[in-house]
Amino acid sequence: MTPLDSTQLAPVMAVNDHDHGADHGSPTQIGFWIYLMSDCIIFGALFATYAVLGGRYAGGPGPLDLFEPEFVAVETALLLFSSVTFGLAMLQAVKGNLNRTLVWLAVTGVLGAGFIGMELYEFRHLIHIGAGPDRSAFLSAFFALVGTHGLHVTGGIIWLVTLMVQIKMHGLIDANMRRLVTLSMFWHFLDLIWIGVFSFVYLVRLV
Amino acid sequence: MSIETISPLFGRLSLDWIPYQEPILVGTFAAVAVGGFAVLVLMTYYGLWGSFWRDWVTSVDHKKIGIMYMVLGFIMMVRGFADALMMRAQQALAAGGAEGYLPQHHFDQVFTAHGVIMIFFVAMAFVTGIMNFVMPTQIGARDVAFPFLNNFSFWMTVAGALLVNISLFVGEFARVGWLAFPPLSGASFSTGPGMDYYLWSLQIAGVGTTLSGINLIATIVKMRAPGMKMMDMPVFTWTALATNVLIVAAFPVLTATLALLTLDRYFGMHFFTNDFGGNPMMYINLIWIWGHPEVYILIIPIFGVISEVVATFSGKPLFGYKTMVWATACIMVLSFIVWLHHFFTMGSGANVNTFFGITTMIIAVPTGVKIFNWLFTMYKGRVRLELPMYWTIGFLVTFTIGGMTGVLLAVPPVDFQLHNTLFLVAHFHNVIIGGVVFGVYAAVTYWWPKAFGFKLNDTWGKRSFWFWFVGFYFAFMPLYALGLMGVTRRINQYPDPAWQPYFIIAAFGAVLILLGILSTFIGFYVSVRDRKALACGGDPWNARTLEWATQSPPAPYNFPHDIQVRGRDEFWRMKQDGFVWSTAYQPIHMPKGTATGVYIAGFALVFGFAMVWYIWWLATLSFVAMVAIGIGHTFNYNRDYYIPAQDVAATEAKGAVT
Repeated sequence: MTPLDSTQLAPVMAVNDHDHGADHGSPTQIGFWIYLMSDCIIFGALFATYAVLGGRYAGGPGPLDLFEPEFVAVETALLLFSSVTFGLAMLQAVKGNLNRTLVWLAVTGVLGAGFIGMELYEFRHLIHIGAGPDRSAFLSAFFALVGTHGLHVTGGIIWLVTLMVQIKMHGLIDANMRRLVTLSMFWHFLDLIWIGVFSFVYLVRLV
Repeated sequence: MSIETISPLFGRLSLDWIPYQEPILVGTFAAVAVGGFAVLVLMTYYGLWGSFWRDWVTSVDHKKIGIMYMVLGFIMMVRGFADALMMRAQQALAAGGAEGYLPQHHFDQVFTAHGVIMIFFVAMAFVTGIMNFVMPTQIGARDVAFPFLNNFSFWMTVAGALLVNISLFVGEFARVGWLAFPPLSGASFSTGPGMDYYLWSLQIAGVGTTLSGINLIATIVKMRAPGMKMMDMPVFTWTALATNVLIVAAFPVLTATLALLTLDRYFGMHFFTNDFGGNPMMYINLIWIWGHPEVYILIIPIFGVISEVVATFSGKPLFGYKTMVWATACIMVLSFIVWLHHFFTMGSGANVNTFFGITTMIIAVPTGVKIFNWLFTMYKGRVRLELPMYWTIGFLVTFTIGGMTGVLLAVPPVDFQLHNTLFLVAHFHNVIIGGVVFGVYAAVTYWWPKAFGFKLNDTWGKRSFWFWFVGFYFAFMPLYALGLMGVTRRINQYPDPAWQPYFIIAAFGAVLILLGILSTFIGFYVSVRDRKALACGGDPWNARTLEWATQSPPAPYNFPHDIQVRGRDEFWRMKQDGFVWSTAYQPIHMPKGTATGVYIAGFALVFGFAMVWYIWWLATLSFVAMVAIGIGHTFNYNRDYYIPAQDVAATEAKGAVT
């Protein structure tokens, strides 16, 4: 074969060579979206389980005996406000304002930790009064759904702290901005799931 | 064996759990130990450890990871097939009051391990390996979207496989069938560690599978060569996309379901128990909501393999490309609305069963479209009967028969007769061996020259094919007959001696398949030995798609330049144009290898083992280690490097495409 002299192949290849390498980080967001969808299906399975088992009290306590609306309202408010403060952190990050970004991230983390604290308190209280996860299918499904969400938020807080250290170390470089965007997606996603939990587990059973 | 008290140091693990009184297991252990020791000695003798670690274990190269998945698949196939031989021997012997040689306790573990291993660690490893090796090169990419994640996914799969195999020598495996239905698999009826081995090995491997699915979707969506539109993608890439969508949509359900069963077992919860409001049928629904898509996860990539092989060896573009893509998409969607056909006998009523019966039968339509497309591709083509075509034609014949018995089973009243009989066992082996295994062999024989630069030995390849093909019919046609006589699956002995001849014929078929597997390995050996004589260039089959534009084996960066894609079968068009690569090379940006994946997966294995045996301190430590290593990895910002242009030039000069 003879070397190709047409302009069809060789010049185009040379032009594209550079682009390809620089483009390396770009699959991150779509990859993370796909991950969130897969996580959503885990929650979907847990919601479905709660839908099937949520009315099976096995002679034990039901939602009206156990859930306190005011308590859950405060808990929910903490998580929803943490999503707002994460949004504020993102605004500061886009402006390149390192310290304010860190401050808002810290506030977000504290609100998240408050949410987890309240959830743990509720769990402890339920187990203490004999309404633990082994009491009935309803309580098993409740603890699994709410607990899985809580584990996710805990993971999110660990990620948040890690990322704050990394932002402190390297500043708001491209790699850190990408991580910040993915973490914010994760955080808002958990907010969304919690709205589902709040409506489907707490509100529906209380009215 | 009884449950001992739980010691703070060793949990419930004690010497009683080492099965040294069982000669079969001791013999196996001795063989594995001697074999393993021989490998260690040879690797040390030839000084291979460094290159093994650098070039394979820590490699993020999708081609190496793909090959490692295939190695895992073949090793686990030997293990799973040994289980199959044991079952065939037992059932051939244990007629009319005879007890055979396997006690119930052992037989139940064997059929559970056989199913789990063959699906999760053989078939899944094979299709993931083929997708990893082939798909990125088909779309003109240099690697997958997340190369580190790919390495991590592989080692998590290995960790799961190792945990299953550890159960052989430490403790026991589950005795519940491959899907572990409760209440049998619950805490009350499965007290030993076997069921926990099942749960933790599948959870650990499942992490790898899900992440790999996400990775490959992102790769197909984001990493295609410039100009390659979705409708320009090779059909195998399309099927890989459909498969990974199924993985991402279905595997989380498995994760959740197994987690709930774990909670039942470890914390006394009541999801699937008979008491306190639990509902075992919910498990069976959930597991099949994963389980039915799972069988399509195995077969859809094979449809892609067959499409590539048929087009190449017929010397024609694939017939009906667009219908092939749409048929794949239809099957992908339909696979989610048929799960209830696995338990028509649950008693959900005629209306529900009718719905699921009809949706199941509808799947035969897009599948039929595919079969006809392959036939029409061959029609009036210049068909070359090379090894991959042998397997493809074997696939077409056998898979079609298996598909038709599936349509039979989709009729609910028929299913009520055949539910849980050997007819079902024959059916799914008919589609999994005749479909997945034959297709995997087609893929291995087709892409082997690409992976290693030499073809496989023809004689041994054909021997392997004929033993497998004939062996399959001997092994499974008798099971259809037995199923129609009402013989249930998973029996270790039976009173009616009239069944015995069928079981003996089936055992004979299993021996033929054994010869087929041996021929495969002899073929590998002979081919490696004669690799100089079998050496081939980048495009030995005169193929049509981009993976054949690389060297054989491909350079780490796959393509020296990005390719501007102008349409379907781009490589065919490039060859028509008489292309050669430009020699104006640029530095190429590539990801660095890392050991993080293998470390995390190693601790996941320890974690799984500790959880199985209630060794809480070790479980805590290994879990913390996994998280810490994972976080530590995120502090490494220096993950890429450039291959200098002169290195690219040197690599290309060594073996240009001819």
